[in-house]
Amino acid sequence: MTDTVLPGAAAGAQNRERVRKSLTRRHRNETLFRWAGILSIAAALGFVAILFGMILSKGLPSFWQSTVHFEAYFDPELIQGGPRPERADFASPADHQQAVNTWQRAVTMSNWNKIVETGLREAAPDFEIESRDLLELVTSAGRFQLRDIYFADPEVLGQTVPVSILASANTDNWLKGTIDRSQPDERQQLAATTRALADQFEENGTISFDFAWHIFTNVDSRSAPATAGLAGAFMGSLYMMIVVIVLAVPIGVASAVYLEEFAPKNRLTDLIEVNINNLAAVPSIVFGLLGAAVFINYFGLPRSAPLVGGLVLTLMTLPTIIIATRAALRAVPPSLRQAALGLGASHNQTVFHHVLPMTYPGVLTATIIGVAQALGETAPLLLIGMSAFIANIPAGPLDSATALPVQIYLWQGNENRNFFEARTSAAIIVLLGLMLLLNAIAIFLRSRLEKRA
Amino acid sequence: MDVLAGKVKVTSKTLDQTMNPAELMDHPIRLSARDVTVHYGEKQALHGISIDIPDRAVTAFIGPSGCGKSTFLRCINRMNDTIEGAKVGGKIELDGEDIYSADLDVVELRARVGMVFQKPNPFPKSIYDNVAYGPRIHGLAKSKADLDEIVISSLRKAGLFEEVKDRLAEPGTGLSGGQQQRLCIARAIAVGPEVILMDEPCSALDPIATAIIEELIDELRENYTIVIVTHSMQQAARVSQKTAFFHLGNLIEHGDTEDIFTNPVNKQTQDYIMGRIG
Repeated sequence: MTDTVLPGAAAGAQNRERVRKSLTRRHRNETLFRWAGILSIAAALGFVAILFGMILSKGLPSFWQSTVHFEAYFDPELIQGGPRPERADFASPADHQQAVNTWQRAVTMSNWNKIVETGLREAAPDFEIESRDLLELVTSAGRFQLRDIYFADPEVLGQTVPVSILASANTDNWLKGTIDRSQPDERQQLAATTRALADQFEENGTISFDFAWHIFTNVDSRSAPATAGLAGAFMGSLYMMIVVIVLAVPIGVASAVYLEEFAPKNRLTDLIEVNINNLAAVPSIVFGLLGAAVFINYFGLPRSAPLVGGLVLTLMTLPTIIIATRAALRAVPPSLRQAALGLGASHNQTVFHHVLPMTYPGVLTATIIGVAQALGETAPLLLIGMSAFIANIPAGPLDSATALPVQIYLWQGNENRNFFEARTSAAIIVLLGLMLLLNAIAIFLRSRLEKRA
Repeated sequence: MDVLAGKVKVTSKTLDQTMNPAELMDHPIRLSARDVTVHYGEKQALHGISIDIPDRAVTAFIGPSGCGKSTFLRCINRMNDTIEGAKVGGKIELDGEDIYSADLDVVELRARVGMVFQKPNPFPKSIYDNVAYGPRIHGLAKSKADLDEIVISSLRKAGLFEEVKDRLAEPGTGLSGGQQQRLCIARAIAVGPEVILMDEPCSALDPIATAIIEELIDELRENYTIVIVTHSMQQAARVSQKTAFFHLGNLIEHGDTEDIFTNPVNKQTQDYIMGRIG
C-alpha cells in the first residue's frame, strides 16, 4: 500500500519544489521587466522634458521684444504729398484710386527717418549721438510704421502722437544679452553710443519688452529682421492642410472601403495592398521630386504654391489614412454586418449605414495624425520651391508661399544668429502648439464619436 | 430562485400547449428543401438535406456541434452567400418559389425571412432606431406616425415594450442580454417577415431570460413560421412542434417533436436524445 502511494507523494513533493524554484525565477523576471519599463518611460519623459525645456527657454523670450515708445511729431514740413485725395473730386473710382496711389507714393518718399530721429532725440535730450547710430536703435521698418499711422489717419498731420516702434534686432540682442556684452567695440554690431542709449532707454522705460503680436501678423523680413513674423508661413501651411484634408480624406476612405468591402480578393488587389504599404515607407523627399516632376513640370502648376505642396503632402498622407481605415473596417465585428444583412440591408447599405460609421473614430485619428505629419513635413517642400523667401501673405493656394517647418529651416540658417536662434525656437513653439491643438481636437472628437456609438 | 421557479413553471405550461399531430396537418408546407448541399471550399458541410417546414409552427433543428444545423438554417435566408467560398447546391422553395433562382432578389428574400442570431447583436443606435431600421430601408412606413406604430407594435410583440417605453432614445446596447435578444426579435418582426430563423437564440442568455424568450417564441408561432436551431434538447422539446436531428452534415431524422423525443426511429437520434453522443 505504502509502496504504491509513496512514488506519487514523492513526485508531488518534487513538483512543488520545482514550482517553487520556477516561481522565484518568474517573480524575478517580472520585477526586472517592470523596472525596465519604468526606466524606459522615465528616460523617454526625460528626453521630452529636455527638448521642451530647451525650446521653451530659448523661444519664449522671443515673444517679448524690445519696443521703443516715444512721441512722434508728424511734421507738415517733412511729410509730402499734400492732403489725401477726396473721392468727391474724381469722376470715377479708378481715377480716385490712381490719385490715392500717387499720393501714397509721395508720402512714402517723405523723410520719415527724420521724424523718427527727432522723436528719439526728444526722448533723450542731452544725449550726444550721430544720426546714423541713433537710427540703428530702431528697426528700419519703423519709418513705415509711422507712415502707416499717417495713412490710417491723415488727421495726425501737425500733431505729436505717442508711438511704439520695434527696436532693431541688434538692439534686442544687446538688451537681452544674446550677444556677449563683454566683447570689444569692433566685435559689436552696434556703435558704443547706440548701446549706451539703449541701456539708458531701457532704464527710463522708453524701451520696454512688449508682447510681440507681430510674430503672428507679419511675414518674414530680411531688411528688418526684428519685424519678421510667421503669418505668411502659417497661411501657406493652412492652405496646404486644407488641400490635404479635402483630397486625402475622401480619396483615402473611399479607397479603403472599396479595397476592404467591395474589391474581389485576387492577385491584383494583393499587389495594390503591398504597394500601398510600401508607399507609406517611401522617404518624403522622393515625394517632393515626384511633385516637382509631375505637378510642376508636367501639369504646369506654379512653383512655391501651397496647392502643389498640398498635393505632394496628400500623396504622403494617403497611405496612412488608407491603412488605418482598412484596419478600422476589419475591426468591425461581423455580427454587426450579419445583423444588417439579415434584415435585408443591401451590401451598400450595410457598409454605409453600419460598418463605416463604426470606423469614424479610427479614421479621424488617422486623419489628424496624417495631417499633423504633413504639417511638420519639410523635405518635399524644399524641392517644389516652397523654401523661397516670400514677403507677402499668400491670398490663395496658387500664390507663392512657404510653410511653418520650412520657415523654421530658413530662420535656422539666417546669418543674424543671435536674433534668429530665439526666433527659430519661437516658430517651433508655434508649430508644436498647432500640433498639440490638432491632437487635442482629435482626442475630443474621438471621445465624442465613441460616446455616440 | 422563486422567480426562476415561476418562469420554469410557465414554460412547462407551454409544453402542454404543444399541438397534436392532427392539428399540425392543418399547417401547409411553407418551406421545402430538396437535396441541399453546402461546400465551404473543399469541405462539404451538408450532404443532401430534404425537409418540409410547416407554416405557423416551430421547427427545431437539433444535433451536436458542427452537425450542419446552423449551416442549413443560413441557407434559408441565403446568409451563406456572404461567406467566402461557400457553395450551395440543391433547391429550397419558399411558398413554391425557388429562393436560389436568378430572378429572386436576396434583399427581398431576407425581408421575408428574418433572422435572430446566437449572440444578441443590436446596432449601436437607439432602441427606436434599431427597430425602425428595417422598415426604413424597405420603405414600409409612409409617415413618422406609421413608423412609430410599427416600432411600438414590434416591441409589443417581442414583449419588450413595457420595459423600454420610457427610454426608446437610449442605445440598444445598454440593455441586458435577454432584452437585447428580444430587441433583435422586435427588429426582425418590424420588417414583417413570414419566416423567422433563430440560430441558438438563447445560448448566450441566463435561464430566466431564456424562459422569457421561449415563451415569446411560443406566442410568435401564431403568426410566423419559426425555425430554431438549438443545442438544448429540453428547449426543442419545450418550444417546437417539429424537430429535425442533424448529424455530421446529414439530416438523420425529422418529424413531430413528440415522436422524435418519445419514439425515435433512428439509433443515432436515440443515442443523441439519451445523451450518449453529442
